[in-house]
Amino acid sequence: MQFDPVLAESDLIISGIWLTIWLSAAAIVLGCTLAVLLVALRTLAGRWAGIVVDAYVELMRNTPFLIQLFMIFFGLPLLGIRMSGVEAALLTMTLNLGAYSTEIIRAGIDSIHKSQFEAGLSLALSRRQVFQYVMLQPAFARVWPALSSQFVLMMLASSICSFISVQELSGAAAIIEQRTFRSFETYIIVTAVYLVMALTLKLSLLWLGRKLFPQVSGLARLDAKAEAA
Amino acid sequence: MQTFGWPEAMFIFRAAGWTLLLTAIAFVIGGVIGGALAIMRLSRIALIRNIASVYILVIQSIPVLMVLFMSYYGLSIIGIELPPFLAASASLAVYVSAYLAEIWRGSIQSVPFQQWEASASLAHSPAQTYRYVILPQAVRISLPPTVGFLVQLVKNTSIVSVVGFVELSRAGQLVNNATFQAFQVFSLVAAIYFAICFPLSRLSRHLEKVMNASRSH
Repeated sequence: MQFDPVLAESDLIISGIWLTIWLSAAAIVLGCTLAVLLVALRTLAGRWAGIVVDAYVELMRNTPFLIQLFMIFFGLPLLGIRMSGVEAALLTMTLNLGAYSTEIIRAGIDSIHKSQFEAGLSLALSRRQVFQYVMLQPAFARVWPALSSQFVLMMLASSICSFISVQELSGAAAIIEQRTFRSFETYIIVTAVYLVMALTLKLSLLWLGRKLFPQVSGLARLDAKAEAA
Repeated sequence: MQTFGWPEAMFIFRAAGWTLLLTAIAFVIGGVIGGALAIMRLSRIALIRNIASVYILVIQSIPVLMVLFMSYYGLSIIGIELPPFLAASASLAVYVSAYLAEIWRGSIQSVPFQQWEASASLAHSPAQTYRYVILPQAVRISLPPTVGFLVQLVKNTSIVSVVGFVELSRAGQLVNNATFQAFQVFSLVAAIYFAICFPLSRLSRHLEKVMNASRSH
C-alpha cells in the first residue's frame, strides 16, 4: 500500500473536511429551527396544520436522502429555481434533518405532563408562551440524546452529497481516487477522518447537553443561585 | 430525447425488485453476523467483548458510503472480485451487522437478570440458557426496533449504485439522464420507496404499542 500519493493531495482533503463541517453545522442549526417551528405549528395551530406537518415528516422519513437530493438538485431547476450543488445539499440536509428532529422533539413535548401546560395557562400565559417558556426547554433536555445521534447520522449522511459532485469529504475522496488510482488507500484515510469527526461530534454534543441541560433538581439549582447571590 | 413513458416506468419497477432482493440478502447475512456480534458483546471474556464493541463503534461512526467503498475495495485488494450484486450485498451486510448487533444486545440485556439466574439454577448450559430462556424473550422485545431498522436499510440500499449495481435509485438516475424529466422520474422512485417503507414504519410503531400493552399487565 502506498499512502504518499494520497497524502500529497491533503489540501483537497482539508477543504473537504471544512465543507463537511460547514454543511453539517448549518444543517443542524437550520434543521433544528425548522423542527421547533413545525412542532410549534403542530402543537398550537389547528388540526389541519398538524396533519400537514405529520405528512411532511412521514414523507421525509420514508424516502431515501439520495432521492430527496436528486429531487431538489435535478427537479427544482425545471421549475426555474437554479441552485448550486452546495445549496441543494444544504437545503436537502435541512429538510431531512428538520423532519427527523420534528419527530424527536414532538416525542419530547408529548412526554411532558399535561399539568405543566395547565399550570402555565393558569398563570395567564398564552398558549404560545406556555410552549415557548414552559415546555420547550424540558422537552429538549429529555430528547437531547436522541437528537444528538440524529445529528451525527446527518453528518455521516452528508457524504451522500458527493453524488451531485459536491466536494465535501467524500467528494474530495472521489477526486483523489481518480487522480492517484489509489482507491483503498484514499478511502482508508477518509474513513479514518470521518471516524474522528463522528466521535468528536458525539463527545461535543454530550458536553453541550451537560452544559445546556444540567441534571440537577430545581431545588439544588435554587440553592446554587442563593449561594451565588 | 426519450420521454418518460411506460417502458421507462416498467424499467424502474423491475429495479425495485432488485432493491427488495438486496434488502433481503443484506438483512439475512447481516443478521447472522449481527447476532453473533450481539452475543460476543455480552461475553464474559473481555477480549471478545472489546473486539465486538470496537467493530460496532467504528461501523456506526463512519458513513454507509465509506462502509461500501471499504468493503468493496478491501475485498478486491485481497483478490476477491465479486460481481456487483454480491459486492453490494456483502458491503450492506457489514453495515447491517453493526446496527443489528447493537439493537439485539439491548434486547438481550433488557431481559431481567433473574431469568439468567433461574436458568442457571436449572443447570442449563450457557447455550441452553440463550436458546430456551433468553432469546425467546429477547426476540419479542427486539421486534419493533428491528423492523424500524429495516426501513433504514431499504433507504440505504439507494447508495449501492456507487459499486455499479442498478437498483431503484440507479434506475431512476439512468431514466432521468435519458429523459430529463426529473420530477416525474424521481416522484415515481420516491413513491415506490415510500410504498415499501411506510407500511414497515407503521408495523414497527404498531408492534411497539402491542408489546407495551402486554408488558404493563
